[in-house]
Amino acid sequence: MKSQILKTVLAGATGAFVGATALAGSALAGDSLTVYTAVEAEDLKKYAKNFNADHPDIKINWVRDSTGIITAKLLAEKNNPQADIVWGLAATSLMLLKEEGMLEAYSPKGVEKLDSKFRDSDSPTSWTGMDAWVASVCFNTVEAKKAGLPAPKSWQDLTKPVYKNHIIMPNPNSSGTGFLDVSSWLQIFKEDGGWKFMDSLHANIARYTHSGSKPCKLAAAGEIPIGISFAFRGAKSKAKGAPLEIIVPTEGVGWDMEATAIIKGSKNLAAAKTLADWTVTKKANVMYNKGYAVVAYPGVAKPVKFFPAEIASGMIDNDFQWAASNRKRILSEWQKRYDSKSDPK
Amino acid sequence: MTDQTMSSASPAIVKPKLSRDDWVMRAFILVIGLWLVVTLVMPLYVMLSKSVQNKDGFFIGLSNYIEYFSTPALFYSINNSFFIAFLSTAISISLASVFAFILSRSTIPGKSVFKNIALLPLLAPSLLPGISFVYLFGRQGVLKGLIGDYSIYGPIGIVMGEVFYTFPHALMILIAAFSIADARLYEAASTLRTNRIRTFFTVTLPGIKYGLISAIFVVFTLVITDFGIPKVIGGQYNVLATDIYKQVIGQQNFEMGAVVSVVLLIPAILAFAVDRFVQRKQVAMLTARAVPYEPKPHAIFNRFFFLYCCIISVMIIGTIGMAGYASFVTFWPYNLELSLNNYDFDVMDGGGWGSFYNSLEMAAYTAVIGTSVIFTGAYMVEKAKGFGIVRGIIQFLCMIPMAVPGMVLGLAYIFFFNHPDNPLGFIYGTMPILVIVTIAHFYTVSHLTSMTALKQMDPEFETVSASLKVPFFRTFLKVTVPVCLPAILDISIYLFVNAMTTVSAVIFLYSSDTALASIAALNMDDAGDVAPAAAMCMVIVATSASVRVVHALLSKGISAKTQKWRTR
Repeated sequence: MKSQILKTVLAGATGAFVGATALAGSALAGDSLTVYTAVEAEDLKKYAKNFNADHPDIKINWVRDSTGIITAKLLAEKNNPQADIVWGLAATSLMLLKEEGMLEAYSPKGVEKLDSKFRDSDSPTSWTGMDAWVASVCFNTVEAKKAGLPAPKSWQDLTKPVYKNHIIMPNPNSSGTGFLDVSSWLQIFKEDGGWKFMDSLHANIARYTHSGSKPCKLAAAGEIPIGISFAFRGAKSKAKGAPLEIIVPTEGVGWDMEATAIIKGSKNLAAAKTLADWTVTKKANVMYNKGYAVVAYPGVAKPVKFFPAEIASGMIDNDFQWAASNRKRILSEWQKRYDSKSDPK
Repeated sequence: MTDQTMSSASPAIVKPKLSRDDWVMRAFILVIGLWLVVTLVMPLYVMLSKSVQNKDGFFIGLSNYIEYFSTPALFYSINNSFFIAFLSTAISISLASVFAFILSRSTIPGKSVFKNIALLPLLAPSLLPGISFVYLFGRQGVLKGLIGDYSIYGPIGIVMGEVFYTFPHALMILIAAFSIADARLYEAASTLRTNRIRTFFTVTLPGIKYGLISAIFVVFTLVITDFGIPKVIGGQYNVLATDIYKQVIGQQNFEMGAVVSVVLLIPAILAFAVDRFVQRKQVAMLTARAVPYEPKPHAIFNRFFFLYCCIISVMIIGTIGMAGYASFVTFWPYNLELSLNNYDFDVMDGGGWGSFYNSLEMAAYTAVIGTSVIFTGAYMVEKAKGFGIVRGIIQFLCMIPMAVPGMVLGLAYIFFFNHPDNPLGFIYGTMPILVIVTIAHFYTVSHLTSMTALKQMDPEFETVSASLKVPFFRTFLKVTVPVCLPAILDISIYLFVNAMTTVSAVIFLYSSDTALASIAALNMDDAGDVAPAAAMCMVIVATSASVRVVHALLSKGISAKTQKWRTR
């Protein structure tokens, strides 16, 4: 009914707009795909080039932004999806979209070769993983030396009084990485132990940020000695010359994966399937391995420069289902404990 | 209520017959009204109605509000939001009124230079002060001694950022208010041997009252709805606008995001009420018989004034200059080697130089179309006779955009324009939708600037034209537009520079061929490339600054032609 009113009111206005905008609204051709992604832009060119080497007839139009923005955009477009396929978004976001019935169930050719952790457990699959996105601690050796801080080895080390006001982590209410950390601690230390750990960690936290990559960037820029973030960002900053050490705490680390999924209602389904098939190939996984140490295709991964070697063994047996279904409860508990504190200065 | 205020304001008892002019004006008013309905009201309705819905779109009454208001964190956010907004407004308005007063009522040298410097922050994406303040006052900052043991990441950083960001907004409105004054009042005051201070309180202040109050509410609302600065530099200091960010971006909870947005609309409604109240008391400053005020030199005051302008200018240039320096540094703070590599955008995140050209195109369209729509709209609302309810409603609608965080507007556009039943759906993902959303986003300040300029013109101009049987559009084009030309040019430049820097609304609406420079800068910063992000910010500042220079030359030429009546 609402849309009926909407139609009538707008019909009048349409005329005025048509003249001005008719040229701009041309439809996309059949062999080009609108691909939503949160992958780093510098990698996108490489991804498209490698794909086009095998499929020169399919043009990729990237829409790239941060994980939160892309997820919000996809959900907001639910009634009239614009994306054909998502290539490189957090699997937890894609699980959310699956729950909303927005994903096309399609098992890409060769999906069975992927590590079972890296694909949807339903058959046909709704999403397939690409690479792991692992939590880590970015430790600025120069600033730590100035402040006389020893390098932490474990999560528990970070609760020692010596680190007071020297740690930054993302706020799980704003950042997927932050939630990744919190949900992993609750799994590692169990519910009670996890909250107890966070209580003592909270005493050492200088502040919480809204972005997941920010703590590591701040550590790289010397604004804080220790940033709880993820390994990929740390490796990138290190490559640029930041005096960082990337630490994988001994208790294990939480992780999420970048994943691929076809959006239900895609007008270019055949091309989208071609791309989905390609994203699970060995070739594609070798490509992911250029930036990420852990990839979905077993036996492909080679060590990546600046990535800590122990990262794959540090990854916990992450229960995504548990994290997703308890998300709301965890976040409100977190907010109650740590976020309602007003800033001291 | 609106109806009553309007009819009590017009003393006419006999209902005059409507002329053809009146009908044409009413048609215009309806078109403007329709524009606002389609580009503002309907998208916002779709978005904000989510605040009374659950995830599946069913009506659930106020339970989202109850849930939101029962979280203890909320009160800290409200507290913090108001604290930041009051403090930033007080500082920004005090600094800007003195500055505006000096620029329009004193004879110090270099006024146009000072004005252009003071408006520089408008040209900078909100990322820029964020980067600069960290480099200046962060743990590695060059001036960190100045803030002692306090941390820049928190209320101090937010207030500094907000003052930097709102100062030119306030200045624009206040200059418009100060620049039209009737010299006869000052002559009368000096004939009566009134001292300067008394003159200030009895002549100057009442004259600018309308502009001052507008400026206060604009700044207050801008601060309370801004999430860019608190997000970049606010640390964990929660404000309402970052609460929306958490709900919408962090948790994809559009319903709760809508609830916080509705809470944020309250200041705007308040602003509207106060605006109406003051407006009724405002008398036209520039009557048809007015004599323009010409400032007389005063040696001691001038020295103070000059020093004041210098200090403010140094602070502004210092902030932008720091980002400029940052854009050449290889890796702050560990490798301070300078290079031009950071300007090679084609190898970086965010669309390269192509995004810059898109931004230019978008900004140009926004300036031209936006200025025409907004100024014409303001003229019709201000000068039309009768039709009170519709004019009142439009006046109210014009105040809303300021109170709506860009993020909310952007999402609202997705929900509305991407709806499968919307006949306007074809503009989704194109350049026009970016232009339209940007005009809607920056409507309020442009509208208020138009109104301030128009309000100071005596309605006698229209009355005389009407009695001479000159159609109103001739008066509009031959009298109103030339008289208001400085304000019109200010509006177009304001729209242009904001279109260059805006992020929050368009971030949801750009597509692969309409990536924008401001978003590219944000994404580069996000990817850890702070220096290239600073470089892109500097390119944006430089572009807008060049446009401003052209604008300054243009308005100088035009002023010589159209503003001659201001001098005796």
